[in-house]
Amino acid sequence: MTRRDWRKLGPGAAKFATLATFVVLLAFPFYWMLIATFKQNIDLYTVENNPFKFNLPPTLDHLKLLFFETRYVRWLGNTALVGVIVVIITLLLAVPAAYSLARLTGRWGQRMGIAIFLTYLIPPTLLFIPLSRVVAVLGLQDTIWSVVLVYPSFTVPFSIWLLMGFFKSIPKELEDAAMVDGLTRFGAFVKLVIPISTSGILTVVIFTFTLVTQEFVYALTFISPESQQMVGVGIPIFLVRGDVYFWGSLMAACLITSVPIALLYNVFLDRFIAGFTVGAVK
Amino acid sequence: MFFPAAAYIVLLIGGPLVLAVMYAFSDARIGNPGFHYVGLENFRSILQSPSFRAALRNSVVFTVVAQIIVIVCSTMLSIALEKPFQGRKFTRFLILLPWVAPISLGAIGWKWILDSIYSVITWVLIWLHVYKPYGAPMWLGEPKLAMASVILVHCWRLIPFSTVIMLAGLTAIPKDIPEAAAIDGAGFWRILFRINIPMMAPIISVAVLFGTIFTFTDMTVVYILTAGGPFDSTQTLPSLAFATGIQGSDLAAGAAMSLFLIPVLVLIAYFMLRAAHRAEVT
Repeated sequence: MTRRDWRKLGPGAAKFATLATFVVLLAFPFYWMLIATFKQNIDLYTVENNPFKFNLPPTLDHLKLLFFETRYVRWLGNTALVGVIVVIITLLLAVPAAYSLARLTGRWGQRMGIAIFLTYLIPPTLLFIPLSRVVAVLGLQDTIWSVVLVYPSFTVPFSIWLLMGFFKSIPKELEDAAMVDGLTRFGAFVKLVIPISTSGILTVVIFTFTLVTQEFVYALTFISPESQQMVGVGIPIFLVRGDVYFWGSLMAACLITSVPIALLYNVFLDRFIAGFTVGAVK
Repeated sequence: MFFPAAAYIVLLIGGPLVLAVMYAFSDARIGNPGFHYVGLENFRSILQSPSFRAALRNSVVFTVVAQIIVIVCSTMLSIALEKPFQGRKFTRFLILLPWVAPISLGAIGWKWILDSIYSVITWVLIWLHVYKPYGAPMWLGEPKLAMASVILVHCWRLIPFSTVIMLAGLTAIPKDIPEAAAIDGAGFWRILFRINIPMMAPIISVAVLFGTIFTFTDMTVVYILTAGGPFDSTQTLPSLAFATGIQGSDLAAGAAMSLFLIPVLVLIAYFMLRAAHRAEVT
């Protein structure tokens, strides 16, 4: 090939190579979970075996162990329950707050909005020590109610921020017209603003739910009994017995839990990113 | 309507923040959580502890190194992903997996990949004759390698996040500028370094700010991969605060350690506000 051909080919091939390399590096751990899920123990734990292929026939033993002999299903249930309750609390707190901030004109609305966004930046690792005392004093330690109380502290600020954007895009004249037609402001909000903002509210629902399933620090700090655990802590901490790792069922649990959450999150990702980057991309 | 959310945020974020500061100046322990003012005693003792100094240094090193790698990789990746191609959606999903799946589960996947005996990396290196059988190092068992592993997992998780943020930024660049440059004879690389990357600067800074928060305040990756070991070599501020404040039941010292996160958070908040302000003005 001449130099000209190379230069033509260059960017395309470089793009393809970049993509291929990163896809392999980034997705590999999940592929590896998949392999481990179906491998027999003897196959997994023989150093000489080629780990990329099935040296012995695949097995369902790890899945059976996971579903019937561990608390995995219970953890899924706990997480789903906490997720639903936290979603409800988040909506009840964030929707009215976001609406009033969006309609609060002038400097103060803007400032309050930014203040809310900044609270989202305060990490759990700064608050878990004092919150562990708050949870203990309220007698919520070792129950899922401890995380129900605390999780809205990171879902509410970001949800307010996201919803503010949605509400701001609704023209005020629409509500004014409804109020002229005899609806109260609250009536206009419920009958007009909420139906228009369903997609924003749905984004908040999914966002809150995925954040609940991804949380680790608070659940680890507040809850110790195995039966009360959330799935994000139960799998990495309680599927390990003493120093013995049941890698097959551990990887199965990771994969089965991650993929649905990832699929859900992926659908709404662009909206979260829009929320993250409001102000910077314009 | 803003009141309930504001009250919740004040009670569950503001309150604990104040409590954390109070604990840091007291001698509170889990068994005896009363307030007894001891001045700067906690700060004096933690600053003298070698594990704390290691944690402080590690937090900074992990964050800085991970951010540099993440920015380089995600800039490449976002440019490779920008133009539509067949299978782009699925490729994007695979690339995003590490970010959208729960991090505690991703980290345990890496723990299996980096296992001391059954590591796939070890197997490949032996297969390539880099090491003799049983002669490979333990990835999580030696201080330098364990630190590299923690950084690796942070990069693995953050590259997808930064990539989507940058994709959002790339699509916001007016297409006529690079096109005009191409007509004037500028090649792919020239357009990339002289036009695209400079125009992406604001969005890259947003990605860096969020990435810094996520790495600097993270405890999950370290806790699951190494629990701070071997010999505190991978301990970070949050993980040491957890080990001291919760597991070691020394609330005061743990709270004092976590307060060291605040200067960085304040700095990031400042830059975020500046970015928001700039967007408001233009």
